[in-house]
Amino acid sequence: MYMGSALFFLTVYLIYPIVNTAYLSFLGKGSKAFTGLGNYWYVFTNADMLGALKNNLLWLVLFTSITVSLGLVIAVLTDKVRYEAAAKAMIFLPMAISFVAASVIWRFMFEFRPAGIPQIGLLNALLSTFPGIQPVAWLVNTKVNNFALIGVGIWIWTGFCMVILSAGLKGIPLEILEAARIDGASEWQIFWRIILPMMRTTIIVVATTMVIIVLKVFDIVYVMTNGNLGTEVIANRMYKEMFNYHHFGRASAIAVILLLAIIPVIVFNMRRFRAQEALQ
Amino acid sequence: MTGKGVRWLSRSLLHMVIILVCLMWTLPSFGLLANSFRSRRDIVTTGWWTGFKTPFAFTIENYVEVLTGQTRYGKTKAGDNRRSILKDIITGQGMGRAFLNSLIISIPSTLIPILVASFAAYALAWMRFPGRDLLLIIVVALLVVPLQMTLIPILRLYNRFQLAGTFLGVWLAHTAYGLPYAIYLLRNFFKALPRGLFESASLDGASQFVVFYRIVVPLSIPSIASLAIFQFLWVWNDLLVALIYLGGTRDVAPLTMHISGMMSSLGENWHLLPAGAFISMVLPLIIFATLQPYFVRGILAGSAKG
Repeated sequence: MYMGSALFFLTVYLIYPIVNTAYLSFLGKGSKAFTGLGNYWYVFTNADMLGALKNNLLWLVLFTSITVSLGLVIAVLTDKVRYEAAAKAMIFLPMAISFVAASVIWRFMFEFRPAGIPQIGLLNALLSTFPGIQPVAWLVNTKVNNFALIGVGIWIWTGFCMVILSAGLKGIPLEILEAARIDGASEWQIFWRIILPMMRTTIIVVATTMVIIVLKVFDIVYVMTNGNLGTEVIANRMYKEMFNYHHFGRASAIAVILLLAIIPVIVFNMRRFRAQEALQ
Repeated sequence: MTGKGVRWLSRSLLHMVIILVCLMWTLPSFGLLANSFRSRRDIVTTGWWTGFKTPFAFTIENYVEVLTGQTRYGKTKAGDNRRSILKDIITGQGMGRAFLNSLIISIPSTLIPILVASFAAYALAWMRFPGRDLLLIIVVALLVVPLQMTLIPILRLYNRFQLAGTFLGVWLAHTAYGLPYAIYLLRNFFKALPRGLFESASLDGASQFVVFYRIVVPLSIPSIASLAIFQFLWVWNDLLVALIYLGGTRDVAPLTMHISGMMSSLGENWHLLPAGAFISMVLPLIIFATLQPYFVRGILAGSAKG
């Protein structure tokens, strides 16, 4: 009785659709004809799809490594100053607003005007103060636009990493750090030899969270470029297959690939949960 | 250099780095806020920082226009004007309607999953029944399943039962998507309550429901508050779920959809974007400013623990 309504929601909205989507991924456009692995073949051979997969890989590497390491560095640095709470609140702030609002903020930051006209975007205005440097069309130039979008993602999520890593940092017993300092260890050594090894688990948890976030990234790309000019990622590709081309088979295949990519995390979570329960 | 000098130098370097990072994280939002109070012409011709040169020419006209969808109000009596502005905010084509929609979507989408999850979490934490451990592990597995796996089948069901484009459809979807996390979080909190509490209560003859309602829930208010803030912000800021299940229906579109529509309508609404984005940020910012400890707690409990 207590579980009833929860069971209803979990079954109808999560378990049934997962099974159904897996099934649909083997069917054709109108979900009638069986096409075997045809949709998967498409996903791994079509040029647009491969572009999206490649971009997701770029996101995965840059976004995950930078958010986690930057979050850690900020957590360690702010730990040393008295205005820690205020500084952390500022960096955490973007987490509270929507990705859509964050995208508007950065659309204005990235705004581009040809050289010679006053720049209205802060980034190009800063660039134009250096003589001889041309303004950059951040969202249009295919050499930089993916990095610009990833930058927005980093701006949003670094605060999240910082908060969790900072809590982990506070969990390191002060005596250990004090003892190391008395023994003459430099702050640099303390970071690499004590803080980093002791926070290993927290770092892994944060990094896996970022991996999940990055695989599903959608809003930023949808709002800022709609995946045009070589910025598409798989979640946007799926949306397009669904609503622009009405090809539910391909859209489902993309979703299944997303799920397969996340399954290691699911297994990892279940194992960790079991281990935690066993301790109690 | 003396030891003291080195120390002083590294301290000032530390402060400089932190302040620089803080600037990088706040200046973009501040620029948007400044821009939202500049006139249409200023926004498209000069950067926001030029607005701080005298003479100041800040205005609220963008806010009026974006909320009501109307540009000009006739030069009638001020009272009439105010009334028509209010009317347009609520019923007009502007963002006032979208703000209301966001509220209509977010409040039930926060309350329903918490209600459903607290019952389930109580059962999973303190009741014995067959399949309990299996259910628990399924909830843990569902925590990170990508939403994308569910979109197509649910949309088809919605089309069949005419739930697409309705608030009810979005409420139910958000409830389901929020449940695994909500159950998991609350179950961990409930489980952490001392066992003796339950034993003495059941010795006194209290029924399960009384224990749940009179003991577990009141003791867990801080945790429930964390969860509520988390879920509310998640729904308020959501774009994907609204986009899929509400489709193109404008009169039910929340703020996020409204703004992303403005972004893609090339140029003509450019001057309204800063004000629009800020209106969508007001509520999250207030919540963040007043309830930040709860928000942080919810995040920590979810990821650092599990």
